[in-house]
Amino acid sequence: MGVGIEVRGLNAWYGKNQSLNSIDMSVPANHVTAVIGPSGCGKSTFVRCLNRMHETIPDARAEGSVKVGEMDVYGSGSDPVDVRRRIGMVFQKPNPFPTMSIFDNVAAGLKLNGFRNRKQLNELVERSLKLAALWDEVKDNLHKKSGASLSGGQQQRLCIARALAVEPEVLLMDEPASALDPISTSKIEELIFQLKQHYTVVIVTHNMQQAARVAELTGFFLMGSLIEYDKTEKIFTTPADKRTEDYVTGRFG
Amino acid sequence: MPNSVLPSTSQAVSLWRRLTDWGATGFAILAAILVLAPLLAIFVYLVIKGVGSVNWAFLTQTPKPPGETGGGMANGIVGTGLILAVASLIGVPLGIGSGIYLAEYGRNRFGDVIRFTADVLNGVPSIVVGITVYSLIVIRQKHFSAFSGGVALGIMMIPTVARATEEMLLMVPNVIREAAYGLGIPRWRTTLSITLRTASAGVITGCMLAFARVAGETAPLLFTAFGNQFWNLKLNQPTAALSLQVYTYAISPYDDWHKQAWAGSLILILLIVGAVAAVRITTSRGMMKGS
Repeated sequence: MGVGIEVRGLNAWYGKNQSLNSIDMSVPANHVTAVIGPSGCGKSTFVRCLNRMHETIPDARAEGSVKVGEMDVYGSGSDPVDVRRRIGMVFQKPNPFPTMSIFDNVAAGLKLNGFRNRKQLNELVERSLKLAALWDEVKDNLHKKSGASLSGGQQQRLCIARALAVEPEVLLMDEPASALDPISTSKIEELIFQLKQHYTVVIVTHNMQQAARVAELTGFFLMGSLIEYDKTEKIFTTPADKRTEDYVTGRFG
Repeated sequence: MPNSVLPSTSQAVSLWRRLTDWGATGFAILAAILVLAPLLAIFVYLVIKGVGSVNWAFLTQTPKPPGETGGGMANGIVGTGLILAVASLIGVPLGIGSGIYLAEYGRNRFGDVIRFTADVLNGVPSIVVGITVYSLIVIRQKHFSAFSGGVALGIMMIPTVARATEEMLLMVPNVIREAAYGLGIPRWRTTLSITLRTASAGVITGCMLAFARVAGETAPLLFTAFGNQFWNLKLNQPTAALSLQVYTYAISPYDDWHKQAWAGSLILILLIVGAVAAVRITTSRGMMKGS
């Protein structure tokens, strides 16, 4: 089951440039929450702060409080490796491990963390590929074909399966469909809708229709600040802030 | 398209295009042939000169005393193998290790120093490496040895392997590392099992280049491995090597030894080609190729 996320006073920097200004946001468990905004508004930085990926970039740092379920992500005893095991991530461009088979791609997170039980491994890989709606397309070539030999849309679903295999509680998706064609995109969107039964999903998108289709809640970011955060329907029909209205009606961005 | 700024594709233009196309293609083919020609010429010449002296005795016997005909370079073949094994055990792990440091952790002043040092070491004449190892190991141990020869060649392998490893790791896109971090895989694990594995084809090529380069080295072995007329399988004893024996035989006044020098050169080339091919085949098995 998914868990909720509580963000309080989150600030983030790239070197001397502040890219997030004290963000407060509560993401409910087992919901899909979309993060929208123009390029450079900090939406990607925001999700990358949730699983401490932000700090892997040289000179980047973040401060504030992020609680995922009972876990204090930026607490003093918190280990980023542990955090990332519990908060999965799917990236903008499909990035399967090119020298690994389809099976090894999905199993990588488990195997490389010392998981050795062969039978359970097979089950988890099958379960993850089924959840990612890829199983039927690849089940005959699990060990024969490399992850890189799949089509772009299949690669992205493979990456989703890979993230699900380590059984996270939260799934972060950073523009997961922006590099894909419309058919693959609709498959991924369908999938996101299914996933919320088991996970809390936060999705970054610059496609407003996509946010409207998949998310129950939407947050609008502008220049590193969270301008408005509400039910998706409210954001797109009767936003409280003028800037949100300008953005969703296409007046800028 | 009447308003296009590009010239129209009339007959004249398309003829000119075809001519330049042929010209460029022809030039590329010619260049490729010119690159292959010396290699082929060397190999053909070696076969012509050497193949007549390659026989069972050459491959299984030790050298005969000066003036006598017959005998072979069996001890040199084994000695070269022994020295190269030591060299690879030193050069490959140290080279790959420093390559990993340079690519994954060395974006700083210290990394620049190592990079510069490696490039300088790459340019140090091989005889200088030999003398250095002579004074550091041979003089202290008071005798020549296969081990010291291996150390000299191993040192020469390090910069090539290190720089090749670094280049290949840097070619692995950062999104691959991020994917691994995102799965909660620790950084050291990511480097070894994801990044290095993704770059492995290129890293192996770098290792084989370094191996092939030192396999034929003679100068660094002159006062380390020293050479030996008899069998030796001990690391702490002077050892024959094909390259040394070719050198000794080639400058000798005996006709039979000249023939054997050609045969030795041919065997040396074949051993290098064989070793490189064997590594390629064994390491490419079980490796998935990206499309």
